[in-house]
Amino acid sequence: MKKNLLVLTALVLALSLLAGCASGAASKGTDTNANNSANTSKAISQVMVGILAPLTGNVAIYGTAAKNGAVLAFDEINKNGGINGVQIKYDVLDEKGDATEAVNAYNKLVSEKMDVLLGDVTSKPTIAVADKAATDRMPMVTATATAPDVTTYGDNIFRACFIDPFQGKVMATFASDNLKAKKVAIVYNVSDDYSSGAAASFKSTAESKGMQVVAYEGYGNDDKDFKTQLTKVQQSGADALFVPDYYNRVALIGAQARSVGFDKPLLGTDGWDGVLKVLDKDGAKALDNCYFSNHYFSKDTDQKVVKFNEAYQAKYNEAANSFAALGYDAAYIIANAIKTAGTTDKEAVIKALKSTSYDGVTGTIKYGNNGDPIKNVTVIKILNDDYVLETKVSA
Amino acid sequence: MGFIKQLLNGLQLGSIYALIAIGYTMVYGIVQLINFAHGDIIMVGGYICIMLIPILAQFGIPAWISVFGAVVLCAILGVLIEIVAYKPLRNSPRMSALITAIGVSLFLENLFMLLFSPDPRNVPQMFNVTMPSIGGFNLSFPTLITIIVSVLIMIGLQVFIKKTKIGKAMRAVSEDTDTARLMGVNVNATISITFAIGSGLAAVATVLYASAYPQIDPLMGSFIGIKAFIAAVLGGIGLIPGAMVGGIVLGVAESLAKAYISSQLADAVVYGILIIVLLVKPSGILGKNRSEKV
Repeated sequence: MKKNLLVLTALVLALSLLAGCASGAASKGTDTNANNSANTSKAISQVMVGILAPLTGNVAIYGTAAKNGAVLAFDEINKNGGINGVQIKYDVLDEKGDATEAVNAYNKLVSEKMDVLLGDVTSKPTIAVADKAATDRMPMVTATATAPDVTTYGDNIFRACFIDPFQGKVMATFASDNLKAKKVAIVYNVSDDYSSGAAASFKSTAESKGMQVVAYEGYGNDDKDFKTQLTKVQQSGADALFVPDYYNRVALIGAQARSVGFDKPLLGTDGWDGVLKVLDKDGAKALDNCYFSNHYFSKDTDQKVVKFNEAYQAKYNEAANSFAALGYDAAYIIANAIKTAGTTDKEAVIKALKSTSYDGVTGTIKYGNNGDPIKNVTVIKILNDDYVLETKVSA
Repeated sequence: MGFIKQLLNGLQLGSIYALIAIGYTMVYGIVQLINFAHGDIIMVGGYICIMLIPILAQFGIPAWISVFGAVVLCAILGVLIEIVAYKPLRNSPRMSALITAIGVSLFLENLFMLLFSPDPRNVPQMFNVTMPSIGGFNLSFPTLITIIVSVLIMIGLQVFIKKTKIGKAMRAVSEDTDTARLMGVNVNATISITFAIGSGLAAVATVLYASAYPQIDPLMGSFIGIKAFIAAVLGGIGLIPGAMVGGIVLGVAESLAKAYISSQLADAVVYGILIIVLLVKPSGILGKNRSEKV
């Protein structure tokens, strides 16, 4: 009996490990990355941009959107006369969301005399490619890879999106300046880099802004019960609760927060995008007057955004999302850099990329000490089962 | 006040664990099988509910009524699994039946991923009741109903096992299958009834679970199933009161560890307790050292 129990317990533990792996893999992957382009001749005779994206596999929806955005931008530029009269050539390769495939595809693009790389889309393959690109001094712009590491491989690597911890900083600023919060609470996923990174930066920014962090609670990847943590938050008298996670868990946390009597706003990150899709009208009430940061707002009345949305809808017959918008901006960043450099020489293009000042669909993009953009972040409010543009915050 | 709230959170979670743990423990008591597919019955119950609720809503029937449909269908599914997957293996080594149970679990999970996609689905509100808040203390209705329903079911089950003819037959089969058969007990029917009751209770747990955590996905059963299994072992597997005690202890320990020790380390603390309990008393809190029967 004793022995049986031991065997069973061992089996159960093994099973739970397996279950952990499966859900871990399933919850990753909202980050993407973009592109880059460079040329080695003195004057511009031809421009070849390599586009890397997962067009099949688990993260294909991100890759396809980013690729569509980039292609839309290049076609637009070509229609308007290209770069100083030279048409941009581009080649799109599918890396299936896999790091090995991505490196192979990158090598193929290099052999096709690529000047700049626009890619990759998700963080893991992007890091694999960034390592290679740094050695080759290949100018590289990822549209959507948000992991902080990506741009640390070399000064030739840039991105169009902001990084995960930056959103924590922005939302802490928003809580302090716009909501006038004095006490804030944080509930985050301890086993997810995206969530814990944003939580840590929210905490440090909140403290430096003079707000009091009254609760800093974690939960595991498989947890469905958050009432204990939320009861603590409710008792701590927090003015706002920061929940940096993906929409499925946010839907659960929102409902439970209200059931333990916490009626203050919840704040979140771009992982919240889509939360109303999974909630019915009653469920959405739990998230009324909650705010989250995002790369762009699809119903923004800004002329650039409206124009982009219309063009995207016309070309692909579907609504654009953040990934498409970032792909579009990454493409323009590359084209502008080549134009500024006046050549496709790699070092010249890298230098031009560093001095980027581009007013795009996802905000105004400049680069500071590294390839991470300094840009303003869109804060979206949830109200009556709908998204409303609240403000744009720069941190 | 804070302590009472956390205790109630723990009792709610623990009641759900207990209801599920009863399914593990009854089946183990009668056929010495860890029914790994039990957790997935909960998941199936959840999908039955979200299919039924829109139909009920058309007739203006409250969502929680779907519990009756879920109980009936889950009980049928439990019996079906027993007849198809476990009965042919009743005289095989225990390990074969255990592996089959894991197979059934994976089959159900993958079948439902195929049918409903792996994305989580949100469950509509089960109970449309707002509780009055007394002095800033608002007990939510799902918490209250979960604790009450669990207690009633546990008492009812205890009476059923001790007093009714079927209950006596179940105890006889778990004591000694062959002698029970010689005494005229229909062993196969008794085992089927055990599976039906266990699965039906899992469906009740589903509805209570969904009222508190309104989201289901095809893989939800494996995690909550393992927690409930641990609760059953903690209380003493094979003993129905053990499942209740184990469930409540696990739920409360989880809640209090999160609240007062560290939410980041809660699981480590809870399983640390579990390991210590099993080291000191391997048969579980209520287990007698020889007993492994209902």
